[in-house]
Formats: sequence, C-alpha cells, structure tokens
Amino acid sequence: MRRSALFSWLQAAPLALVLAVFLVVPMAMIVVVSFFDYSAFALIPDFVFTNYQEAFGSAVTWRTFGKTLWFAGLTWIITLSVGFWLAYYLAFVVKGEMTRTVLFVLCTVPFWTSNLIRMIAWVPFLGRNGLMNQALIGMGAIDRPLEFLLFSDFAVVLAFAHLYTLFMVVPIFNTMMRIDRRLLEAARDAGAGFWHTLWCVILPLCKPGIGIGSIFVIVLVMGDFATVRLMSGGQSASVGLMISNQIGLMQYPAAAANAVGLLAMVLLLMAAILRAIDIRREL
Amino acid sequence: MPGRLARFLLTALFVLFLAFLYGPTFTITILSFQGPDGGLTFPMNGISLHWFGRLFATQAVGDIGAALQRSLALAAMVTVSTVVVSLAAGMAFRRRFPGGTALFYLTLASLIVPSILVSLGVGLLFNLMEWDTAWYSSGFGAQLTWTLPFGLLIMFAVFNRFDRAWEEAARDMGATPWQSFLHVVLPIIAPSVVGIALFGFTLSFDEFARTLLTAGSGNTLPLEILGMTTTVTNPVLYALGTASTALSFLVIGGAILGVRVLRKRGGG
Repeated sequence: MRRSALFSWLQAAPLALVLAVFLVVPMAMIVVVSFFDYSAFALIPDFVFTNYQEAFGSAVTWRTFGKTLWFAGLTWIITLSVGFWLAYYLAFVVKGEMTRTVLFVLCTVPFWTSNLIRMIAWVPFLGRNGLMNQALIGMGAIDRPLEFLLFSDFAVVLAFAHLYTLFMVVPIFNTMMRIDRRLLEAARDAGAGFWHTLWCVILPLCKPGIGIGSIFVIVLVMGDFATVRLMSGGQSASVGLMISNQIGLMQYPAAAANAVGLLAMVLLLMAAILRAIDIRREL
Repeated sequence: MPGRLARFLLTALFVLFLAFLYGPTFTITILSFQGPDGGLTFPMNGISLHWFGRLFATQAVGDIGAALQRSLALAAMVTVSTVVVSLAAGMAFRRRFPGGTALFYLTLASLIVPSILVSLGVGLLFNLMEWDTAWYSSGFGAQLTWTLPFGLLIMFAVFNRFDRAWEEAARDMGATPWQSFLHVVLPIIAPSVVGIALFGFTLSFDEFARTLLTAGSGNTLPLEILGMTTTVTNPVLYALGTASTALSFLVIGGAILGVRVLRKRGGG
C-alpha cells in the first residue's frame, strides 16, 4: 500500500512541481509585491498599504471593476443563450453521428486561428467604410455610416461572443449527450410538452455543463486585456487592461494590488457558480 | 422533441452562427491578397501576393520569421511536456493518494486564474530572483499552467470510461505494470493523447497573455502580432493572419491524418 502511494506521488510530482513554481509561488509574489513601494526605476521592498489605497481609493478603479463585471455579465448572457441552443441543436436535432461530428468540427475550425487575428478580422467588417456599413447604405437602411460598430463597447462584446461562444457550447453539448433519451420519452409519455421537458428534464441535467461553460467564459472575459484594447480602440477599460497598462509603465506594485482585487473577484464569482452547480459530477 | 418550425429555427440559428464564426476570417483572407496599393478595407485594389512577400521582409516592428521559429519551438516543448506530465498525473489519479484532492483543486485553480495574473506573477518572481525571463524558461512554465489542467481534465474523462478489465487481463498473463501500460493502456487511449497534444499545441501557439511578461527579449508570434496591431496599418497583418491560419491547418490536419494512419495500422 505504501509503495503504491509513493508511486502515485512520483507520477503526480511533475504536475505538482510545475504548479508550485509557476502558479502558487507567483500568486504569492503578487500578494507580496502588492505591499511593496516603488520608484520610477525599481521595486522597493516594504510593507505599505499605499498601493491598495491608491487603487481602491480611486473612483476610476471601481468604475473599471464595474465595467469588467458588466462585460462579463453581458457576454455570459449572450454566450449562454446562444450556446445553449447551439448545443441543443447538435445534441437533439441533428441525426447521425457522422453529421454531428462534421458540424462540430466546422465549429472548431476557426479556433485554429489566433484570437488576435480573429479580433482584427472584424475591422474590415465593422469599420466606418466596412462591409456592414456599405451593405446597410447600399440597402438604403441608413444614409450615414454607423459609428458605433467598431471601437465601441458593442464591438468588444461582439468579439467576446465571437471568441468564447464555443466554450459554452462544448460542455453543454457534452452533458446533453449524456442524458438518457428514455427520460425524454418518459416525459413525453407523461404529457410534458416541449418547454415543460426542456425546463424540468433537460435544463436540470445540463447544469454541470452550463456551470463549466460559465466558468470558462467569465474567467476569460474578466482577465481579458487585448480584446478590450483592440475592439474599443482605447475608449473602454477593463481591469486586465488597467493591469497591463500598469505593467507597461513598470508600476508593478500598483498592478499587483489591482491583480489581488481581480483575483478576489474571480474567486468570489467561481465560489458562487460552484455553490449553485456541482460540477464534480461532470468529472 | 421540437416540432418542425423549431427545427427550422434551430437550423437557421446554427447556420447564422457558422456565418458569424467564419465571416471575418474569410474577409481577411480575401483582403490579404490586396494589390500593393490596397488598404485595410474593401474595395480590393488589384490582386497580388505582395503582402505575403512583405511578411518575411524586414519589418519596422520586428522579425516575424524569428518570432515564428520561437513560437513553433515553444509550442513543441509545451506539447511534449503537456502530454507526458498530464499522462503521468492522469495515471496517478486513478488511485487515491494522500494530497491527491489538494492537487486536483490546485489544478482547477490553475484554470481559473486569469492569464494576465500568471504573467504578472511569474514575471515578478523572475524579477525578484534576478533570473532572466525567456520564452523557453519563464514563458514555457507560464504556458504549462494553462495547458496542463486541460490535459489532466481530458485524462480524467478518458480514465473514467476506461475498462480496467483489459489491464487485469494483461496482469494475469504476466505483464509487468510497465508492459501493461505500454502495450495495453497506451494504445487504447492513444487518440485522446493525440487530442491532448493538439490542445497543447494550439493553446500554446496562440497564447499571448501568459507570455506578455515572461517571454523576455525575444517575442513569440502572438506577441509580435499584438505589437503589430497598434503600429501596422496595411494588409501585411491580414497576410500574417491568413498564413498563420494555414499553418495551424497544416499542423492539425497532419495530426489528424497521422491518427488515421495509426488507427488503420492498429486495426490491420
């Protein structure tokens, strides 16, 4: 018995080592450095609260945190409501394993392109002289180009939905495929209609998938800096962007204080999701 | 089950979603063939391979060729390590072992810590220790915190559906643990292992948040692209996008083909 535990440890050791060195220690570093002082050139080891006071004493920081939550919430609602029906389509409407696989692969192919490229790809589409405006003007729907399409919050959320909807579809699809089809027949035999079955049978059984998808989407949006920077054209802000700007200015302790705030917020959200949904069943 | 109208609506939704997914990529693929005087938007100003040629010419912002080499080398390192480490850990988690639950939660935590924080943390660690950051050390480690959890979760999914009778049969016939792993377990889970490798490769090849502060002086390709998005205002960016998409297709297509060949051999 002792020997097998030792063997398991040896097998798990590389994973534990990587996570210790590149996750646990770095997170501890962030907490430590968030209490450091700094000058324009160097970090000054210290134990001061000024970074937190400066960060959270400022209305800008709170607004930025609020904005990040707003982006995350909006993206979550959109990806969930679209992703759920896409998963439903793949799981229950499409017939045949082959068709399903082909459609699934079709959905994943664009993910082989870099996220950055996929964001930039919206520029010729949404820009002032882009395809969208040209098409709308051509149809006579508008007579001046719409300005809000690119470099706006609209563009940011659109890009998030574009990048992350699949992260919602895959886990929900997985849970749906595991639903015993006889349950659906039983529901129908018992007189349940489409919506009734959906609400009382399918939805509860999909909860772990919805939970995992939500975790992915929320974490990805909360930590984002590139999408907000590129798609808002510098007109909007997120905590990630704020941190990356402070990193650019070498204000590491200030970035660290915001990072601790962001980490706390993400962990709270995760705790809330895990309370609502037991994802362990899924593993 | 949904009625005919519902089916039609759902099919329409799916088709729209595909158009939404592919539309922008198609647009930039077409635009990357702009003539030498062409701009960032339509109309096309002639058709040429000019911008593809410009890709490997000297750039104002950096060196795409070198960045590509670094990215490929890094992705290869991450892929191999992800496969080996998550396979080993996956085998470990088939038995209960002291500390296993803690390690499992730590792995999940690794998945939910925002990338930029990993970048910042690893960057600070190397800074304070006065180690030099480089893509093959700090960048490599920072990326592993993202690929390993995926690898381990895939291993979990695999071993949850794994029939232990095969291994028992091997043991009964006198196989050592290593033999039963090599000749029984590995061939059965091979497709998932290739899946982990593909995951590792794509996640690493596209990652920029985790390498932002950890790549040192040599940029990886995504970092190069990130830099170009603010400084470059010609279709060279689109050409880069088209070329990198084509490269991903080649790598992934090659891997899928490889699996099919392996399977045929195994079956024959």
